[in-house]
Amino acid sequence: MERAVNYGGDDLNLEATELRLGLPGSDGLEKQSSPGVRTNKRASPDVAEDSRSKSNNSIVSDAGNGGRDTAPPPKAQVVGWPPIRSFRRNSFQAKKSDEADGAGMYVKVSMDGAPYLRKVDLKLYKSYPELLKALEHMFKFTIGEYSEREGYDGSEYVPTYEDKEGDWMLVGDVPWDMFISSCKKLRIMKGSETSSLGCL
Amino acid sequence: MDPKRKKDCHDSGESTRVASTFPDEVLERVLALVKSHKDRSSVSLVCKDWYDAERWSRTHVFIGNCYSVSPEIVVRRFPNVRSVTLKGKPRFSDFNLVPPNWGADIRCWLVVFAAKYRCLEELRLKRMTVSDESLEFLALSFPNFKALLLHSCDGFSTDGLAAIATHCKNLTELNIQENDIYDKSGCWLSCFPENFTSLEVLNFAYLNNDVNFEALERLVSRCKSLNVLKVNKNITLEQLQRLLICAPKLTELGTGSFLPELTDRQYSELKRSFSICSNLNVLSGLSEATALYLPALYPACTNLTFLNLSDAALQSEEFAKLLVHCPRLRRLWVLDTVEDKGLEAVGSNCPLLEELRVFPSDPYEEGIVHGVTESGFIAVSYGCRRLHYVLYFCRQMTNAAVETIVQNCPDFTHFRLCIMTPCQPDYRTNEPMDKAFCAVVKTCTKLRRLAVSGLLTDMTFEYIGKYAKNLETLSVAFAGSSDWGMQCVLGGCRKLRKLEIRDCPFGNAALLSGFEKYESMRSLWMSDCKVTMNGCRFLAKEMPRLNVEVMKEDGSDDSQADKVYVYRSVAGPRRDAPPFVLTL
Repeated sequence: MERAVNYGGDDLNLEATELRLGLPGSDGLEKQSSPGVRTNKRASPDVAEDSRSKSNNSIVSDAGNGGRDTAPPPKAQVVGWPPIRSFRRNSFQAKKSDEADGAGMYVKVSMDGAPYLRKVDLKLYKSYPELLKALEHMFKFTIGEYSEREGYDGSEYVPTYEDKEGDWMLVGDVPWDMFISSCKKLRIMKGSETSSLGCL
Repeated sequence: MDPKRKKDCHDSGESTRVASTFPDEVLERVLALVKSHKDRSSVSLVCKDWYDAERWSRTHVFIGNCYSVSPEIVVRRFPNVRSVTLKGKPRFSDFNLVPPNWGADIRCWLVVFAAKYRCLEELRLKRMTVSDESLEFLALSFPNFKALLLHSCDGFSTDGLAAIATHCKNLTELNIQENDIYDKSGCWLSCFPENFTSLEVLNFAYLNNDVNFEALERLVSRCKSLNVLKVNKNITLEQLQRLLICAPKLTELGTGSFLPELTDRQYSELKRSFSICSNLNVLSGLSEATALYLPALYPACTNLTFLNLSDAALQSEEFAKLLVHCPRLRRLWVLDTVEDKGLEAVGSNCPLLEELRVFPSDPYEEGIVHGVTESGFIAVSYGCRRLHYVLYFCRQMTNAAVETIVQNCPDFTHFRLCIMTPCQPDYRTNEPMDKAFCAVVKTCTKLRRLAVSGLLTDMTFEYIGKYAKNLETLSVAFAGSSDWGMQCVLGGCRKLRKLEIRDCPFGNAALLSGFEKYESMRSLWMSDCKVTMNGCRFLAKEMPRLNVEVMKEDGSDDSQADKVYVYRSVAGPRRDAPPFVLTL
């Protein structure tokens, strides 16, 4: 890891990227831009590797969160800065790698009458409307309006899912977060079968 | 040694005493009530009688730097000690600035204690190296051992904990806080014998492996006096609920991950369990808690005085909703995921707040960073006028904001501000942050601990030297313009005890300006400054009662003293220094 070194006033003329400590000499009021990579006469070979592996992490996490802005390139690190204890650092890195896991949350989707099943990544969506729109697009059909009392009204298709306990539930009744953590597979029911959901 | 042994037997033949002094029995009885170690130090300086009475009646010893004194000296002076607190490595070792195997090994202390303090009951260690063998030795040497606290220690594994659990029949406290521990397996918990019931405090929140839950449940059930339980992330919500049923009298709870995997029925059972826990004062853990399941906690929050959410990446909305249920909060630790909005909620809901710590969730900026700004801090200062302890990590700050904050809260005793980009100026005016810290030291006359950050010139340190008359601890990084800054601090801060500096342009002139002062301080740390080996050698020569230690980094100039650690000691130079620590 890099350490910031103050050799202010030397003849390397690296003002463009050098970070000064304090206000040496006549450059007292020089505007401090946010430091990018710091030059360091004692750079160790580990530095570049660390930077690279960290930038890989941020790229993966961005891909996994489809649609987010690209993160700025990671800053070169100074040993022990910011001053937080290692047990805190470790737990955040573990969290980050969980989020960066590109595996997604794929569940099978079957549609009555379709010759083969599909798979969707539930993590790509933040709400029911988004998911349902994607399903409509995938299978080329329309789902009716959702209401708590009536379920889906206005179409012969009804989205259902199998939860962790093996029951078939109507999509949309529970909060989104609870849904994605308990949904094991999706099934879009059609036609005459949907009338049996009237008892739900 | 018989702890009740009277002074008379020991000192027969001593010089005659003035007739009007207190009899020893009275003096010792009175002094036994003096608990603070600072007061006891003062007492011991009054006269020889008082010194003797004090040393015989002292049962707890606090040693802030394990190398400042030797175990032999301690046991010789204080024969009746039952409780020892020891601190080892310099604080910057928490941030990887001290190489491994530096020292501060508890072993030599335990060997001496085993001979002289057979009745030792409590050992509290911070930043010490503790091996499994040492833990086993401890467990076997002190039959009355009751309380073990290990904070930021390293060198041991769960095998050592197993030894403690197996042999310490009278254990009341096992507190493993934030250590670098080699977690081999969870079997250690099963080592508590089935007839063991004395545990009152159990904290294994930061151990990584599974523990045997059935053993834990049985342990919690049979230890009827258990009032502190902090479990690790591997305990599920369902298991937590079962533990709560066994221990409804808990005053401190660490929930582990609080990972939601509940059915509706389980959720309402959990909520009911929490509503029975009406005695909770301290709550922590919640590392995977989500907005959905936090409401289960609400019934337990009424009497909360300390809420530690530093492992829980909560967003502002769910955080604000939780705070509504915590009106009596005095201490709050959070992650900056709650953002300024969350801190506004703190200001609105927690009028009794005295301590706030805001930790960075993304310190190395690997994602999109938000965090907190000066507005959040200002909002807290308006709502929480009793605030006196703050640790605040942020990415931007202004002088004006800090001036407002200390005007609202002039009673700060601990002000630790970390602007995370080194040398960052006031982002609005582009000026150095000098005015901010000048305001802090001028307004907060009770200030005892200060950590500065941002772009700072010598002016900050002039003000610190001039106004911070009660300052005891100062942490400085990437700041100052010249030796003059450090000289002001050393010259002006009468009560300074700990000074830790990194990456500042302070050199030999600064180092040597304080050479008489260091004997009244616990320690000085300077790393990556401009101090040279010659400067350190000179200091070592002039002040033989100081230990001057230097650690050099690979590839550095021969003359540079990369890391300097100076501390007073009555034990002379270290005898256990590893090769990379040069004692001058």
